[in-house]
Amino acid sequence: MKILVCISKAPDTTAKIAFTEGDTKFDEAGVQFIVNPYDEWYALVRGIELKEANGGSVTVVNVGGADSDPIIRKALAIGADDAVRIEAETTDALYVAKQIANYAKEHGFDMVLSGKETIDYNGSQVGGMVAELMNIPYVSLASKLELNGNTATIEREVEGGVEVVEVNTPFVISAAKGMAEARIPNMRGIMAARSKPLTVVPATEASTSTTIKGFTLPPAKSGCKYVDTAEELVALLRNEAKAI
Amino acid sequence: MSVLIYTDSSNGALTKNAFEAANYGGQLAKAAGTDAIAVVTGTASGLEELGKYGISKVLHVADASLDNFDPQKIAHVVATAASETSADTIVFAHDYTGKSVAPRLSAKLDAGLVTGAIALPIGNVVKKAVFSGKAFAEIEITTATKIISVLPNSLDKVETGGSASVETFAVEIPSTGITVKEIKKESTELSLTEADIVVSAGRGLKGPENWGMVEELAKELGAATACSRPVADIGWRPHHEHVGQTGLAIRPNLYIAAGISGAIQHLAGVNGSKVIVVINTDPEAPFFKAADYGIVGDAFEVLPKMIEAIKNL
Repeated sequence: MKILVCISKAPDTTAKIAFTEGDTKFDEAGVQFIVNPYDEWYALVRGIELKEANGGSVTVVNVGGADSDPIIRKALAIGADDAVRIEAETTDALYVAKQIANYAKEHGFDMVLSGKETIDYNGSQVGGMVAELMNIPYVSLASKLELNGNTATIEREVEGGVEVVEVNTPFVISAAKGMAEARIPNMRGIMAARSKPLTVVPATEASTSTTIKGFTLPPAKSGCKYVDTAEELVALLRNEAKAI
Repeated sequence: MSVLIYTDSSNGALTKNAFEAANYGGQLAKAAGTDAIAVVTGTASGLEELGKYGISKVLHVADASLDNFDPQKIAHVVATAASETSADTIVFAHDYTGKSVAPRLSAKLDAGLVTGAIALPIGNVVKKAVFSGKAFAEIEITTATKIISVLPNSLDKVETGGSASVETFAVEIPSTGITVKEIKKESTELSLTEADIVVSAGRGLKGPENWGMVEELAKELGAATACSRPVADIGWRPHHEHVGQTGLAIRPNLYIAAGISGAIQHLAGVNGSKVIVVINTDPEAPFFKAADYGIVGDAFEVLPKMIEAIKNL
């Protein structure tokens, strides 16, 4: 089983969100970057579990610059076998998806796993785009994946419950909570990660389809109105907030 | 030129989010002076109702093979309808279905996509929440065909009072590799992402046996119930109720949180709510900073009194 896991670099969940260059760029100063949690906790760890149970290999792919290398090493420390970084400045999801799809088509994988979204742009786009570009099935928001030979039984989230689908390899999924439990790399994994192969390949020519014009911060809440009693609260919700 | 809207009918009827998408597409078409045309896949009835939101025509692909969810097939149908109607903008709801289909369609048509739009575009620039609700981005779509998925509950509904004409639309459906084996609905309760009011509770409730008052308050308000991550992780409440960074992101009109401290990861899932009420014994709980109304007090005393007060309204 040849498994490809797409990982993205994201600011730590507690990072201060600020912008520079006339509010057109995310201010990376002092920000700790991590493997996007959905990519790491769910897609990568499930990929490694499937490899451990069925044999094969787990390759991680990242589209980015050399500043992605620390998070790629983290993925290798958790247990991926090798990594490829496609050298490019990430612009939009479709551009990134084209890079990953081209690489995946060229090298042939049985499944491509990604997280359900990144915690920075919250796009939820790359997985589905990769699937379309490869012309293979895509199961979004998967919370469980069991493999039996070349057939996967996958649970995916739907409104108010889950849907169970069956799909043959090759396919793409986006992984959500429930897929696997987070793993903390141990010292042996961290040491081993240093010598695992991280190949850097050039990007292929691809157009972009979106441009970020600017960022804004949400207006500060005008402040919490403290009330003393439940009766007073209910009256305010009815008459002032008009919410009930 | 037209605006094409994919309106989901997962259970044989249009979903609430289908009307959200129709409302967005209808307003967009009106502003652009073009037609708003909806496309529906699979068994569905009551489609003329989409006219209420400015949809003039509904293309219904009533093929039963589309009753089971398959984003590959739906993307094919929407692409065919887009070509047929010369659509330059295609609208989805940013829900389970939209998240599965819109990216495929974007790659298929090589058309720029912005997911989770919270306002109508200005020119080709679409506003959406980023960094899990901690900021907004304005993103320009630079391709001729544009795809936008709208975050439910973002745009006020504008009813135009019209009625849509429904036409059968025949599309040859490609065979794909997905088979739906089973659909397990975990509850028949009001769906969390569609609820206008959500009552949520956390570890401050001390144990699963104390959720009766949360459920009763929700019932009185016609609300859905939710919970914080620790509560779902220790099994007091089912996982599908977990809202926050790794659970569901919701944006109801009213979010009432009892016994939840408001960690940044929890806020990331609820900060789009219009009105936030926090009930917590700890006056230093970070959640109060994000709240509109707060009671520093014990949920065990406040919730029963709220239920009483609502009954007396």
